[in-house]
Amino acid sequence: MLKNFFPSKILLSNNKLINSLLVPMILIVFLGLMYALFISPPDYVQGDSVRIMYVHVPSSFISLGCFGFIGIASILNLIFKIKFVPLMAKSLAPVGCIFSLISIVTGSLWGKPTWGVWWVWDARLTSMLILLIFYLAYIFTWKYVKNFERANKISSVIGIIGLFNLPVIKYSVDWWNTLHQPSSITLTSAPTIHYTMLVPLIIMFLGMVVYSLIIFLMRYKTELMKLKLDKKNQK
Amino acid sequence: MLSKKVKSRMIFLILLLLSASMIIFFVLKSLEENVVYFFSPTEIYDRPNISFNTKIRIGGLVKQDSLSINKTFTKFIITDLKNEIIVTYNGSVPNLFSEGKGVIAEGQLKDKKYFVADKILAKHDENYMPPEVSKILEKSN
Repeated sequence: MLKNFFPSKILLSNNKLINSLLVPMILIVFLGLMYALFISPPDYVQGDSVRIMYVHVPSSFISLGCFGFIGIASILNLIFKIKFVPLMAKSLAPVGCIFSLISIVTGSLWGKPTWGVWWVWDARLTSMLILLIFYLAYIFTWKYVKNFERANKISSVIGIIGLFNLPVIKYSVDWWNTLHQPSSITLTSAPTIHYTMLVPLIIMFLGMVVYSLIIFLMRYKTELMKLKLDKKNQK
Repeated sequence: MLSKKVKSRMIFLILLLLSASMIIFFVLKSLEENVVYFFSPTEIYDRPNISFNTKIRIGGLVKQDSLSINKTFTKFIITDLKNEIIVTYNGSVPNLFSEGKGVIAEGQLKDKKYFVADKILAKHDENYMPPEVSKILEKSN
């Protein structure tokens, strides 16, 4: 699996992989949006504002997943020092960052009509904001620390510290009293979402995952090309 | 298989991660009072040193048939199905605020049974379903 992300393979596969994902992504997102906005029913208490969930929940999942990857990559990076691992993490960071921002903004838009407030400092919302700050710190380290080795070390430390935030986000709604509702989809029990709402949610999730993959591959390729160019210049 | 350098880095990092997770666990544990967003009526009852007349949040369900709204104020009972607190409130309530649903009130405790709110938040639960399904569920109950 990891072998497919070796620099030589990625550069060889050229734009083929990215292009082959583009059309399916547009189709899945289109289908998901049609289902989410028109076919799926309104909720029995929230009404139509439930449709915000079809963007909110996948964004949150993806932003958590991306940081999970960054955190694990940071650990591997500090132990084994493989050159392309930090480049992968670096390419993934903006994707996760944007999705954590989307998650917070859509959540806030949903919160106003449902809870009656845009924002509260409960455990879930606060820990999600902390995730966004970790993303920004990670990205800005790569941007403003010019020395590669140094930027690599600092960003890895940020990635590892940020990793501890992930279980806090995930379980905040179970560990403490929060305004945010607990998860509707869990591994241990049946989802508490009716299937007419679960199907568009899953389609949207798939579409957004493929989108993230495309953006990631594009950025990762750029990073590898930069690396190659740097090597050439040094010679 | 692994070189000595890699091994020592690995052990160092694992120890660091373990101790960091312990520290975070204890910090969160000791901050628990500040992390919880609201207290349930039972938690209010069980607390020996509760502060009256300071800002606090309580939450639970709006008790069935307890809600009365007139021109000047709203009155209802917050219950966690074990204990109850009477809440009075002066102002507009969110759309989702209704009997049997989750609610969080921000305000001051006058005594352990009486609460004056200056803000009401509706709490949504994790159940999502179309209106038809909820009607069928209600009928079968």
